[in-house]
Amino acid sequence: MSEKKILEERALILNRRSFLGKAAMGIGGIGLASLIGNNLYKKGSNGLFTADSGAGGVKGVLDSLHHPAKVKRVIYLFQSGGPSQLELFDYKPLLNQRRGEDLPESIRDGQRLTGMTSGQDRFPLVGSNFGFQKHGKNGTWISDLLPHTAKMVDDICIIKSMYTEAINHDPAVTFFQTGSQQPGRPSIGSWLSYGLGSENENLPAFTVLLSRGTGRPNGQPLYTRLWGNGFLHSLHQGVQFRAAKDPVLYLNDPKGTTAQVKRAMLDQLEELNDQHFQETGDPEIQSRISQYEMAYRMQTSVPDVMDTTKEPDYIYKMYGSDAKIPGTYAANCLLARRLAEKDVRFIQLYHMGWDQHDNLPGAIQKQAKDVDQASAALIADLKQRGLLEDTLVVWGGEFGRTNYSQGLLTDTTYGRDHHPRCFTMWMAGGGIKQGMVYGETDEFGYNIVKNPVHVHDFQATMLHQLGIDHEKFTYKYQGRRFRLTDVEGTVIKDILT
Amino acid sequence: MAAKFLNRIVKIASVIFSCIVLISCTPNTDKTIAISEGASQKQVPEKIDFTFHVKPILSDRCFKCHGPDKNAVEGNFSLHSPEEAYKVLGELKDHFAIVPGDVSKSELVKRIYSDDSNVLMPPPESNLVLEDYEKAILKKWIEQGAVYKTHWAFVPPTQPEVPETDNDWGNNEIDAFVLKILKQNNLKSNERASNEKLLRRITFDLTGLPPTMKQIKSFIENPTDHTYETIIDSLLESVDYAENMAAEWMDIARYADTHGYQDDFERTMWPWRDWVIHAFKENMPYDQFVTYQLAGDLLPNANLEQILATGFNRNHKITAEGGVIPEEYRVEYVEDRTTTLGTAFLGLTLECARCHDHKYDPISQKEHFQFYSFFNTIPEQGLLANAAELPTPYITITSKEVDDVLGFINLQKSQMKEIPVMVMKEMEKPRSSFVLDRGVYNQHTTEVFPDTPESILPFNEYPKNRLGLAKWLFEDEHPLTARVAVNRLWQRMFGNGIVATSFDFGNQGALPTHPELLDFLAIKYRTEGWDTRKILKYIAMSATYQQDTKSTKEKLEQDPENKFLARASRLRLSAEAIRDQALVFSGLLSRDVGGPSVKPYQPEGIWEETTGGGGGSTASYTLSEGDDVYRKSLYTFWKRTVPPPSMMIFDSSSRDYCSVKRQETNTPLQALVLLNDPQMVEAARVAAVGEMIANPGAESEQIRMLFYKATSRLPNEVEIQSLVGYYSQMLKKAENGEINVSEYLSIGRSAVPSELNTDALVAMALTAHTILNLDETINRG
Repeated sequence: MSEKKILEERALILNRRSFLGKAAMGIGGIGLASLIGNNLYKKGSNGLFTADSGAGGVKGVLDSLHHPAKVKRVIYLFQSGGPSQLELFDYKPLLNQRRGEDLPESIRDGQRLTGMTSGQDRFPLVGSNFGFQKHGKNGTWISDLLPHTAKMVDDICIIKSMYTEAINHDPAVTFFQTGSQQPGRPSIGSWLSYGLGSENENLPAFTVLLSRGTGRPNGQPLYTRLWGNGFLHSLHQGVQFRAAKDPVLYLNDPKGTTAQVKRAMLDQLEELNDQHFQETGDPEIQSRISQYEMAYRMQTSVPDVMDTTKEPDYIYKMYGSDAKIPGTYAANCLLARRLAEKDVRFIQLYHMGWDQHDNLPGAIQKQAKDVDQASAALIADLKQRGLLEDTLVVWGGEFGRTNYSQGLLTDTTYGRDHHPRCFTMWMAGGGIKQGMVYGETDEFGYNIVKNPVHVHDFQATMLHQLGIDHEKFTYKYQGRRFRLTDVEGTVIKDILT
Repeated sequence: MAAKFLNRIVKIASVIFSCIVLISCTPNTDKTIAISEGASQKQVPEKIDFTFHVKPILSDRCFKCHGPDKNAVEGNFSLHSPEEAYKVLGELKDHFAIVPGDVSKSELVKRIYSDDSNVLMPPPESNLVLEDYEKAILKKWIEQGAVYKTHWAFVPPTQPEVPETDNDWGNNEIDAFVLKILKQNNLKSNERASNEKLLRRITFDLTGLPPTMKQIKSFIENPTDHTYETIIDSLLESVDYAENMAAEWMDIARYADTHGYQDDFERTMWPWRDWVIHAFKENMPYDQFVTYQLAGDLLPNANLEQILATGFNRNHKITAEGGVIPEEYRVEYVEDRTTTLGTAFLGLTLECARCHDHKYDPISQKEHFQFYSFFNTIPEQGLLANAAELPTPYITITSKEVDDVLGFINLQKSQMKEIPVMVMKEMEKPRSSFVLDRGVYNQHTTEVFPDTPESILPFNEYPKNRLGLAKWLFEDEHPLTARVAVNRLWQRMFGNGIVATSFDFGNQGALPTHPELLDFLAIKYRTEGWDTRKILKYIAMSATYQQDTKSTKEKLEQDPENKFLARASRLRLSAEAIRDQALVFSGLLSRDVGGPSVKPYQPEGIWEETTGGGGGSTASYTLSEGDDVYRKSLYTFWKRTVPPPSMMIFDSSSRDYCSVKRQETNTPLQALVLLNDPQMVEAARVAAVGEMIANPGAESEQIRMLFYKATSRLPNEVEIQSLVGYYSQMLKKAENGEINVSEYLSIGRSAVPSELNTDALVAMALTAHTILNLDETINRG
């Protein structure tokens, strides 16, 4: 990406209208015009507006990728609240053997505790109430809570050595999504929309799908700023696709009217706006006309992509019966596949309810059931369509959970507090080694002993797979060059093919 | 008039313009603002100027490793000061980076032109490059003596000489300064805008609302300078002006009705917002306005109003997320206040010196924490236990306080009898402040005390507290306060400030397009009593402001960003103004002032689908009662983690942090809001009802008036014919059942009068809705 391009994008925000004027005059404006959309200057009636990127979709700011990309898009299955790695992936029989004994001080080693357990007198170790079996070619340990995930273990790469700096939800989720614990920076999807643009001119490049888990239905909240564009142009903000009446906010025509009525209004608007453009010469008016057309296309394309009723039965069998209920995690996974088919760049799911401080065994059973079958189905479905090759799928939350019980440990139940020092995620898709387990924690499941992966390393790796060097992909704002990975991050080469 | 004016300014201009920084503003300054120019097309100027040509390059490409941050300096060599840049280098003390006037002995030149990646500067791994043009600039600068100058914004403004002009264009000094730059660039100013456009422009800029029919008519009938001036005076005295100015201040003060993290519980800071409206209504001088907010509680015998004003520094986010370390967040709050001081009043990115010395500006990490220490002695806690806990310190406002001193608070609209409002207060035993290593909350190093950087202005003998800080800000010699404030007023009227980066006057910020004018205005503002109304009026009276927006191909080509002001800029209305205009258009707008924030239409479920288990009043959204749905957008309830989507789509600030400039974007989601938001549909229908009752049976007249109300001008023949045609087409659709009339008419709360023909109403409502969507409607030209 040239300096010029960055400065152009900056100018676009500082003074978009007059800059468009320049773009229209063809002075260094080709790149910008394509950034905004190829239909921007479709009128061309007076011969002034000739810039046209030609190809479908909207180009990003990057002139060319830093290196060949392995994938074109990302599906990020965010497990909000902090899933317990100890019940799902990180098998620690020692914790069952030493159940009820105190966590040795040498293992805790000064780890910061949250205010929820810092007052506890004791930190009794507790192992998983659920069994683990070996699966796949490499005999990978997977919990009995994840029977479907277990079956596709040869397709995914499990990272057991994730760690983060944040220990509370708000900063930790914000850290994963934006690279910074405090709000205000662009989220990953916005960065990608900015850098790579969209390959579908009828759908936003960055879409967001929410679902509420059954494990702890009133668990942690989400914040719409998690899919905010921060200081990037608002064209790059995440657009939530909802199970509600309005699948995208303000998408539905007013009650009682039809698409024909809307079309007539747009034609009328275009006619009058165009006249006004001829009088004032402000190219922003042309841009507005094209934004109305994009909105109109979205009114068809969004309901089309969200209408899953024509999916065959075998697909519903794969994803599970929940997939028929809009707004569930399973339905969102199916929707994610449909969006991937339409070349949406970044598909962000959030599944709430993993914050299981107490009654963890009961809650995690339900929560795992919410996600297990559909997550596995998504991988299988992408694979059978040949889409897994150029899609990166990520599964994981904002931190892990402690190896000791929060609150009362009884024969049947226990809770776990937040744990930033180690947790598990998995990735699958283009360029990711299959059937791999990466990183290792100690036998207490408390500390990483091999191949630690920081949040910024994960983000750097994600960008790398998309052909982006995270150190070169910057945006200058208030005098400083910002990047998703802040000032750190190393690509985890070991897990790449 | 112009001749008289010139005589006057020649007399005024007795003070010789002596600021060496600004005097060197050459006709070629446009070439230095890299954001608009392809570097390859640039010409290297004859005379290189440090401020305008060299420093932007050094700062952006070199300072990261060779700049003010001592700990990051590579090779024991910096470029931010001549002493450092000229010093002898190497173990053998045998070479120099810069030898003024001698390119061949200057290592810097060798390095930037080198083909050897081990020698090349900036090094390839920095991902920074110098364009050929930039290399040539640096070389020529050294050739010409490598002269350094202090950054322009750190030198106090000096009274510039008002340029003489032989042109009869111009109403006041502003125009003389603008004309000088226009001439240097061979540009000609535009004609004055049409009366309708000018009135629409000034009314939106000052009040955030469109002009009334009555105002337009009286101006058209008598479009003299005097009428225009009278209109400005009445606009400035209106409560609409106060509310509009307050709306901008809400962004600056990061005002919200919730705490901002996690479950995002409600807070009651609206009495502080009512004070802001009051202050603008009273035209409180800017120095007093800011002093009250920074240090009202420390004023001698502080009254309740002065204390309430300090709520400004409590508008930051506060967490109630169980389990966080309170001190970590308390430090964030103090940092937030420090950042806000920088962005709002100094135009400096103070936050960039939290973890290390500033990379670009002369602010050390220690100086950052000296600023921080002004705000660190508040008896506050970092973590709230639950929704009900009140964050200390606060004052409680009841009807007694309102009756006594706080009469401007709209208490009648509140259900609460006692309203707690967070304010600033000093601890009895002040907390010590330290430089925090890497900015981390518990990594105390050197102890620091309230003080300010020498590079900006020494602190003098002021009390070492927030009151002293306010006094320092408003010292005559302060280089930033007045420039930053007046630049924001200019931004309000022109879309961009004279310094486009109104948040950053430092080395990485944009250079002023009209440096002399900026100083002239800054000095005028300060010496004439920080009178905000007066400056706004003065700007509005200039011929520069009153120009038409029309741009020709030539003007667009030469000055696409309109930096030289050879025309007025068309500006998209703010999020608030777009909705408020629709409410005025329909007559639905409630004119109530102040009181608790309200909840207008918002898509169903957006709070509920993200809410957690914390409960409280922000877990689900309940539409306001009665006319409160139709209040000005200034009063819309602001839940920080899920802000009102229609406002955010139109580039509102998120209120997470202090923000002094919004984006102005153009997106498909904006089209969706204008086309489908029930508020827009309802407003269009209610406006249609009004016109159908006012002009029964005269469709063409109804449409004419709707167009007039929305765009502040009458439609031309082509436009009216086109819209009448559209109306007939829609009428047919309503009559033949293509539109479900009863459903369409049921949108929104307002009743539909039974005497109207519903098919005609639907058609007229759709016509009104189309007019509301016009680009001209959502812009001011």
